[in-house]
Amino acid sequence: MAVLAPPASVRTSVLTDIGHVWWRETLTIVRDPFSLIFSLLQPLVFLGLFGPLLAGLAGDGALFGGSSLQWFLPGVVVMITMFGTSMTGANLQFEIMTGAFERILATPLSRASLMIGRALKELTPLVVQAAIITLVAIPFGFVLHPLHVVVGLLILGVFGVGVGALSYALAIAARKSEWIFWAVQQALLFPLLILSGMMLPLETGPGWMQVVSRFNPLTYVVDAERVLFAGSFDDVRILWGLVAALVTAAIGLWVGIRSIRRATM
Amino acid sequence: MIHTESLARTFRVGKETVEAVRGIDLDVAEGELVAFLGPNGAGKSTTLRMLTSLLPPTSGSATVAGVDVVANPAEVRRRIGYIGQKDGAGHNYRVRDELLMQGRFYGMSRAEAAESGEELLRTLDLEALRMRKVSSLSGGQKRRLDIALGLIHAPGLLFLDEPSTGMDPQNRANLWDHIMRIREQRGTTIVLTTHYLDEADAMAERVVIIDHGRIIADDTAETLKAKQAGDRLTVVVRPDQAAAARALFGAEGSDLEERPDDDGVALSVRVDAASHAMPGVLARLRDAGLDVVAAAARRPTLDDVFLNLTGRSLREGES
Ligand SMILES: Nc1ncnc2c1ncn2[C@@H]1O[C@H](COP(=O)(O)OP(=O)(O)OP(=O)(O)O)[C@@H](O)[C@H]1O
Ligand SMILES: [Mg+2]
Repeated sequence: MAVLAPPASVRTSVLTDIGHVWWRETLTIVRDPFSLIFSLLQPLVFLGLFGPLLAGLAGDGALFGGSSLQWFLPGVVVMITMFGTSMTGANLQFEIMTGAFERILATPLSRASLMIGRALKELTPLVVQAAIITLVAIPFGFVLHPLHVVVGLLILGVFGVGVGALSYALAIAARKSEWIFWAVQQALLFPLLILSGMMLPLETGPGWMQVVSRFNPLTYVVDAERVLFAGSFDDVRILWGLVAALVTAAIGLWVGIRSIRRATM
Repeated sequence: MIHTESLARTFRVGKETVEAVRGIDLDVAEGELVAFLGPNGAGKSTTLRMLTSLLPPTSGSATVAGVDVVANPAEVRRRIGYIGQKDGAGHNYRVRDELLMQGRFYGMSRAEAAESGEELLRTLDLEALRMRKVSSLSGGQKRRLDIALGLIHAPGLLFLDEPSTGMDPQNRANLWDHIMRIREQRGTTIVLTTHYLDEADAMAERVVIIDHGRIIADDTAETLKAKQAGDRLTVVVRPDQAAAARALFGAEGSDLEERPDDDGVALSVRVDAASHAMPGVLARLRDAGLDVVAAAARRPTLDDVFLNLTGRSLREGES
């Protein structure tokens, strides 16, 4: 039978789609900027309370390769990235429940853009957060290498998209009960953070922890960030960090797209 | 515009298998307005979600707007509009923001989206609410916003899952005015589901009755009513005349039914064009010496059609 086709809407590129999804999510912040204040303060609290402890612990010695601030600050930046992007699915769960998710699935937006756009929204405040804690840290002896920090944030961005996509998939898998999402998110987040040497150096820990940390992609990202924040480009650890970020992003998007396709909500 | 062959979908719920849709063959031509009517759980939403590419069929095939829903779901989505059964608008957003973003999702420019959005806000009586947060809207207001979201890009083929549920009569009428107008102006093909029998009856040219995941009837409301139920004529007589009336009146039509009535016995038969037949029937009964206490001619409703087809009433299942 001859089927007549109605005029189709204009084809958009994946980048445009990502931009649209990102902007829709970001509108919640734009329309209610106060929601941002807490998340801006959080890294300062970490830096202000953790930093001195570390400094006391190591006597600002060889363990941190110079200043403990220089060592700890990139860790805090990675941590807020992990906090932010691992919650990508939390807002989504609400929209799955109300039906907004289904409406957006019915639009021509590419499936990858749905995840990337949302993850980028979680990464947006990060840029501001990173800038604030860096500026605050400078008077305390932190040396800023702007170009290196930008490269570091880009690698983190790629990694964050992967984490965001996994969080997205988790939200779909746990759509029937909200607590499962939070239980799994917390159960994974903290071991990953600790076993990456982000908060405390693993060099002083038991051998098994160091072995396990080698299988944690976050370890490579943290290492790369430390090298970059210290002002070096000439280190293979940056490359490994990038590879870990790309692999995480690829796996995350693959898992995410699969779960969108299979979702029967 | 739509062509399906044995379209089916099952769900696994724990160890159980739910056959939500059990083989639907459907053809919808360009410009048609089709209503899916059926009780809760009949499979209406599941069918719609397969046609809109949101849910892959377990078996069978569907071509929508010239595109296979399994082979090229993304292209299907570019050619249709869909208003789901749940709230489409995000609760944390402002009304106008959601409308504009929806337009952008379909590749409209900011200006195009704004123009189309403003027009929809006007026709769906949402103008005063444009800066409100969606979570603060009433149920009917949210529903109108959902409709606006589905129409923003002026799709050539529109799917609506229970569009008017939760709206007051005034807004239901407005909604229908609007749907009829875009249909007239743009020749939009429309497939919708509804629980409102009167709505399906009055608005759709074609009613597809779905029950237990199958199409059990598919025709114009008029034809369905004429074929499946037909007009009925009812007379009430005193108990002592019941036997005589049963013989005489029963011969006036078919399918004689009887039930007790305050004034005696109510007898009813199926008769074509009952209101026209009534004066003649009453005259003949009087000539035969029967005193008719009361009389009524009744046109069938789609509920009578459903009752006749399934032995159940649609109304009982309504919540
Ligand atoms: N995601 C799902 N998982 C499991 N079962 C489902 C799912 N979606 C629908 N069903 C089942 O499939 C059947 C058909 O559901 P569907 O939503 O299509 O009905 P409907 O005709 O739209 O009903 P209503 O009038 O209540 O909206 C029901 O028995 C329902 O429980
Ligand atoms: Mg339904």
